[in-house]
Amino acid sequence: MSPEIVYQLIFATGQTLYMVGVSALLGTLFGLPLGAFLATSKSGEILAAPAANAVIGAVVNATRSTPFIILVVAIIPFTRLIAGTSIGTSAAIVPLTIASAPFIARIVESSIREVDPGLIEAARAMGATPMQIVRKVLIPEALSSITLGLTLAVVSLISYSAMVGAVGGGGLGDLGIRYGYQRFMPDVMLVVVVSLIALVQSVQSAGDALARKLNRRARHG
Amino acid sequence: MNALALPLARPASVASEPARAKPVIRLEAVTKIFQPRGRTAPVTALADLTLDIAEGEIVGIIGRSGAGKSTLVRLINGLEKPTSGHVIVDGVVLSELAESDARTARRSIGMVFQHFNLLASRTAAGNIALPLEIAGVAEAEIKTRVDELLGLVGLSVERDRYPSELSGGQKQRVGIARALATKPKVLLCDEATSALDPETTGQILQLISRIRDEIGVTVVLITHEMAVVKAIADRVAVLDEGHLVETGATFEIFAHPGHESTRAFVAATAKVDMPDVLRTRLEAEPIAGGATILRILFSGPHATDPILARLSRSTGVEFNIIAAQVEFIGGRPFGNIIVSVPWSKQTIDTIQASLQGLGLSSEVLGHVA
Repeated sequence: MSPEIVYQLIFATGQTLYMVGVSALLGTLFGLPLGAFLATSKSGEILAAPAANAVIGAVVNATRSTPFIILVVAIIPFTRLIAGTSIGTSAAIVPLTIASAPFIARIVESSIREVDPGLIEAARAMGATPMQIVRKVLIPEALSSITLGLTLAVVSLISYSAMVGAVGGGGLGDLGIRYGYQRFMPDVMLVVVVSLIALVQSVQSAGDALARKLNRRARHG
Repeated sequence: MNALALPLARPASVASEPARAKPVIRLEAVTKIFQPRGRTAPVTALADLTLDIAEGEIVGIIGRSGAGKSTLVRLINGLEKPTSGHVIVDGVVLSELAESDARTARRSIGMVFQHFNLLASRTAAGNIALPLEIAGVAEAEIKTRVDELLGLVGLSVERDRYPSELSGGQKQRVGIARALATKPKVLLCDEATSALDPETTGQILQLISRIRDEIGVTVVLITHEMAVVKAIADRVAVLDEGHLVETGATFEIFAHPGHESTRAFVAATAKVDMPDVLRTRLEAEPIAGGATILRILFSGPHATDPILARLSRSTGVEFNIIAAQVEFIGGRPFGNIIVSVPWSKQTIDTIQASLQGLGLSSEVLGHVA
């Protein structure tokens, strides 16, 4: 491989980390409250708002069922509104965030629903407000499970980020397509795939380790 | 919070005269009817229940599953509103409060749960701090109060352990400390010992009783186990199918259970029973030359007297003791003896008459050949 290709590889890795990192952060920022709301707003629950729950649930489902590559092009006007441009690495963060937030919301929702209802009952008996129950009981108790789910979301984002080459997003996946596939450079393809595997592997290991540390349920002695 | 400024210890006199103290909990003709979805017939969980619980009292509310215990718990802590009637806790009509006021009022009731309901993500100290954080108490004050509570329940060493590292009994101690954190007037225990082994149950009940004596908190024990009530309750209320069928001092309920449901509870807890070998041979009709099996209940002033020996001397009958036990309920001795005596109508009548003369009750259980 020429030094030029090595430079491209390093640069593309940086682009991937940037896109995935920022969109995971933003996706969590939107997804966490959204998930907490979905988990507590059905009728009879602490923040009961069945109509809002149904509407938000439908929007989340619609976003999640749109194929990512279609989502990227479909929201181009919106991307331009937010990022000022629809092309480039930073602009790619918009569709990545929009795709990850509903995914993270569903993950957070299912994690929160696993929390023992007895804890909600106990907090209510203490006179806790619904917001206090969410912040002090539900999220801390679900945190280990949420961490595992977020790991899953980050892994999906790494995979999605390979597709944003379509709008000039760059990144490892894009490099693999342009050099490895279109220019018939199997060595570049191999390095790209190995780099992605290493990235996913380390994200997964870090997520598992963090979740284990946060999980106080099964630890003894 | 004003309540937190109170000293931990309240005057002991409060606890010693529960009958005269003002009621902390007052249930006035409380009825709760649920309208289940999909079904047409409404379910009456509680019907016209009236009960006063005095300050510093330990009251046991006993009932089978489905008797309305859970509904009663949720009415007392204000998580449920009665269909009619009033729930008054510490002078506040809980059943008429708006949700935000009800939340504040709930802090005057500490709840202890069957399955502890501790946060797995918080240490013992963190769990005890939770109600204080919810009440908006300052951090420094929380720390002092948590240390105090850990000491009260004997868990100072375990303060930084997580629930998964604690035994069942220790978890319930954390639960009790947490319930007491906001200095509530009432400690509401919902089957608090039902998930514990008998030895741990005893320790937890002793702890609850000691806490009542030390800080004068009113204790409501909701349970399906008569043994729990017998161990520490001053007074018992028996729930049966949504109705309050009997209330009275624990000892009286045990010595003279009135309602059929109460009798079943008392019988279930009595450790004195006939051996199966004998029970299977029991006949309803007297048998000439056989023996009669009698149960004698000793209570009141003669409970500790050597009754059998005296009776034997005065009637010339020889008693054969089959099973016997004396236990203390509410600090008073309560004896339960099963004897066999040679059958003759006159002997049995004489024995029963003399026992009655002493204020003791007896019952013919049957006859054997």
